[in-house]
Amino acid sequence: MTRSILALEAMTVAYGKVEAVHGISLSVQPGSIVTVIGANGAGKTTLLNAVMGVLPAGGHVTFDGAAVDGYSVEERVALGLALVPERRELFSSMTVEDNLLLGGFRTTAVERSRSIAEVFARFPRLRERRGQLAGTLSGGERQMLAMGRALMGRPRLLMLDEPSLGLAPLIVRDIFEIIMSLKKTGVSILLVEQNARAALHAADHAYVMELGEVTAEGPAASLAADPRIVESYLGLGGPS
Amino acid sequence: MSSRTILLALVAVAALVPVIPGVPVFWITLLNNIGLASLVAMGLVLLTGVGGLTSFGQAAFCGFGAYTTALLTTAYGFSPWVTLPVALLITGVVALILGLVTMRLSGHYLPLGTIAWGISLYFLFGELEILGKHDGLIAVPPLNIAGYDLYDSRAIYYVIWTFVLLAGIATHNLLDSRVGRAIRALRGGSVAAESFGVKTFRVKLIVFIYSALLAAISGWLFAHMQRAVNQTPFGINAGIEYLFMAVLGGAGHVGGAILGSGLVTILKDQLQRLLPQLFGSKGNYEMIVFGFLLVVLLQTAREGLWPWLASLFPARQQPPRPVAAEPLPRRTMPDAAEPLLSLKSARKSFGGLLAVNDVSFDVRSREIVGLIGPNGAGKSTIFNLVTGVLWPTGGEVRFKGERIDSQHAQAVARRGIARTFQHVNVLSNMSVLDNVALGAHLRGSKGSLASLARLDRAEERRLLNEAATQIERIGLAEQMHRPAGSLSLGQLRIVEIARALCLDPVLLLLDEPAAGLRHMEKRELAAMLAKLKSEGMTILLVEHDMSFVMGLTDHLVVVDFGTKIAEGKPADVRANPAVIEAYLGGVA
Amino acid sequence: MDSTIVLFLIQDGITNGAVYALLALALVLVFAVTRVILVPQGEFVTYGALTLAMLDVGKVPGTAGLLIVFAGLALLVEGWSSRNRMSAQLIGRLGLLYVVPPLVIVLLTLWLAPMKLGPLPQALLAIAIVAPMGPYLYRIAFQPLAEASILVLLIAAVAAHLSMTGLCLLFFGPEGLRAAPLSGASFTLGPLPVSGQNVAICIAAIGLMIALYLFFGRTILGKALRATAVNRLGARLVGIRTALSGQIAFLIAAAIGAFSGVLIAPVTTIYYDSGFLIGLKGFVAAIVGGLVSYPLAAAAAVFVGIVEAFASFWASAFKEIIVFLIIIPVLLVRSLTTTHVEEDE
Repeated sequence: MTRSILALEAMTVAYGKVEAVHGISLSVQPGSIVTVIGANGAGKTTLLNAVMGVLPAGGHVTFDGAAVDGYSVEERVALGLALVPERRELFSSMTVEDNLLLGGFRTTAVERSRSIAEVFARFPRLRERRGQLAGTLSGGERQMLAMGRALMGRPRLLMLDEPSLGLAPLIVRDIFEIIMSLKKTGVSILLVEQNARAALHAADHAYVMELGEVTAEGPAASLAADPRIVESYLGLGGPS
Repeated sequence: MSSRTILLALVAVAALVPVIPGVPVFWITLLNNIGLASLVAMGLVLLTGVGGLTSFGQAAFCGFGAYTTALLTTAYGFSPWVTLPVALLITGVVALILGLVTMRLSGHYLPLGTIAWGISLYFLFGELEILGKHDGLIAVPPLNIAGYDLYDSRAIYYVIWTFVLLAGIATHNLLDSRVGRAIRALRGGSVAAESFGVKTFRVKLIVFIYSALLAAISGWLFAHMQRAVNQTPFGINAGIEYLFMAVLGGAGHVGGAILGSGLVTILKDQLQRLLPQLFGSKGNYEMIVFGFLLVVLLQTAREGLWPWLASLFPARQQPPRPVAAEPLPRRTMPDAAEPLLSLKSARKSFGGLLAVNDVSFDVRSREIVGLIGPNGAGKSTIFNLVTGVLWPTGGEVRFKGERIDSQHAQAVARRGIARTFQHVNVLSNMSVLDNVALGAHLRGSKGSLASLARLDRAEERRLLNEAATQIERIGLAEQMHRPAGSLSLGQLRIVEIARALCLDPVLLLLDEPAAGLRHMEKRELAAMLAKLKSEGMTILLVEHDMSFVMGLTDHLVVVDFGTKIAEGKPADVRANPAVIEAYLGGVA
Repeated sequence: MDSTIVLFLIQDGITNGAVYALLALALVLVFAVTRVILVPQGEFVTYGALTLAMLDVGKVPGTAGLLIVFAGLALLVEGWSSRNRMSAQLIGRLGLLYVVPPLVIVLLTLWLAPMKLGPLPQALLAIAIVAPMGPYLYRIAFQPLAEASILVLLIAAVAAHLSMTGLCLLFFGPEGLRAAPLSGASFTLGPLPVSGQNVAICIAAIGLMIALYLFFGRTILGKALRATAVNRLGARLVGIRTALSGQIAFLIAAAIGAFSGVLIAPVTTIYYDSGFLIGLKGFVAAIVGGLVSYPLAAAAAVFVGIVEAFASFWASAFKEIIVFLIIIPVLLVRSLTTTHVEEDE
């Protein structure tokens, strides 16, 4: 087994006195897609925010073999972590192109122009919209821009928080195809999703979170076939 | 030793200070200044510490008090006791105008407004012929009690500290009341408070005017203590100093105001002697230290010194449950299966984004209706349309046949619609009991004046009794007096339900009540909701947990992308292909 | 009142308005990036003006000592906050940011001040002395409060204003100073005498606005500042340190303040506490712009300048009162057009 790109050990996250994530351990192998599924309020978004350093956390986070506990968000970005947050957090009153350029803020001007060409190649729609303000994009385009912006920093681990949230089914399909194509470029992906079926379909390995704890773990394919998971998370109308 | 005993002991000591032989006059003067500042700082405690509003212009309100009485007593021969109500009236009107202009805006516009206003008034005081321009007004008569002129600073000491004591009691009474809960709720944002019928704009105005009146009293006393008035003490720097006192003492506590005033007044006195010697020239160098200390304070101990001081004393015993009182009157519940809530083509767009697209459905009385759909489908927006937090762009919302769209949240609450929030919206520093009692706001009627005079006790007992009853009903009696912030997320969701029940609602709107609950807790919640239904309650709930919704609801409405895609009996909806598509997404 | 007087007042108003506009822009910038309402902006104006006035007479200005005070305090705060991960590299960084710049500037001042190099180099030196105080101030007072509410930041800003005014009194004394004009030229435009200083002020103000426009529109650093203003979390996620954005915003604000001070020093006598009122007039304009709109704030600033000019002609004793009361109708209009109360906490 190769060294994990990301390893969490007994991670806890609390909002004030209320603990939302209780001792989660999890690892992501290089070049793989790992998904975390679970109901609303299970603590998935909290987990990603803590890995990114947006929220303070207990336990240990190891990135590519080095402890990053106590690192700021900016320092983690510099190491190669990237988060596409649930609310996208775009610079809405700035152009698509400026959003992307800022995604490469920590790189040089030369690298930025190379990266932006690659992003445009992957998301031709963004090239068409390059002069438009980010706030005027459709939901799918916003998600693409958020992913493109994250890719501009040439991350080694890309974390996606509910990329399908609020998107029409056809767009969701596109987004998941892009996620799977990204895997081929060598970037590792940690994917948090409520759309469990799509996530399990795309992922290599999966964790199920419930009330801040991991309650099941395994290869994505075998979890997708597990009747308990099907009942709880593939939910309504699933094969029962 | 109870806090009452401590208070009485302090009052006794304070009463003795001037008669102790050998106490220098200079000390008495300092204590007088502390008393005057305490009055202003106490207003700021209520305004800033409790209500979360800030004013740098309190010194200008002192100026109104001082100049009013100085002018009326010197030029027109009024008695000081007659000018007090006049000073209060004038200051109150000025505060009302300034409040009306700024209170609807974001929090920082009030302090900015007070800076501009404070400077204008400061210059005005110094320019008006009638107020003696820069020289001010002199020969202001002293206060007179029963024929005795209070020239001596030892004599006026008693007047000043009597006012401080009275103001402290009044402020304490105000905070410990129905209006006080509303004031404290301002910190949590307007949405939750308004959903329980608090008119936040009005409450802010009340607090602002109250604090201005305390400042006016201080100014009035100052004029008769100093027996001369000019513009100097009413500038913006003085306003900043008052805020410094409130923050230093502990901006959430009446005692903190006196503590802060004492420390700052003494410190200022010392610095004004020390610093010019140190720097070799005269000047107001104490402001360097004040500014610096204030920044340090904000960075290290934003709550001020009072909480730290209070922690030195042994914790008070667990207070008892509020005494049982006559239950509050209840609404009559509608008969079963009457149309209660009805949405007709309700529509809401934010800019170009259509969040709710012509959604229509009915909720009949004594039913539990589930509103379900994927994240981001517009469920919470629908809740906000029903509760008056948002107004629809098109269509109508009717309750008992009457239109309630485009009504304010308080008006909707008054009709008997209570809600919980997806993102728990309680005041974490306030006790569970007070949080829940806020829900009963509309079932009381006593206002701020009644609270000040303690004429609200009978009603307050009934409100607290109601809150305690609801807390016991949901099984959190043990946690009643704990600060809400110390409870788990699941418990807080239940607290929100108790708060909603305190409104005595006909229709209960629950936004994801089961999120964050454990299996057993979910079952208890379901049982409780079923019981409420059997008592005549109608419930509309948003929920993701399908097994929870399936077992509990009579009717389901499914929305996706802001559009209703299905409704009907839970079993039918479950088999609906459009619903399966929406839930499982396109990738399968 | 004849038309010459009207034109003269308008000229005066526009000149003052140009300065208020610069200050308003800085206030909007700082608020957008850091949520700090920069009350001490006026103190930078005072510092700039008094520094220039001292350099004019060949003396070492008090701000040189002030700069050391600011840098020293900032170094203490920074050193204390990173005390647990001291390393040679960190100490080097601290030296580079907090020791070298003030040292170089102060030595330069000691060397150049007695030479009386003339208006332009002196103006540049004055700005160079004052501008670094901006980021140091941010480091001392505001960076530790970065997550606090707007209200807390505002109180801190007022506290900083208090301290900075007191320090100014300490370092410059209570006497007012006035500098020699940058341009002594004057000419007539039709019936109207126009002073070279007024023209210089307007040109400099417009030039600076264009420079700012280019900085924010064209450079990645300028865009990063805008990004921080638009979405702080988004900015952090792309690796923009919000602390750095804050320091740069404060650097720009302090530089603009000093620049404004240099511009007005020859036309007004400046006392240690004069800057507060000048800064507040920038505020009135910034508030008209809702603390977000640059063009609206700039236009309002010119309006404030003109109102002030006419007020001082008609009712000079009530000049300040009239100017600050402009804010009341503005707030009233804002209040009536606001349907929804936004909360900060």
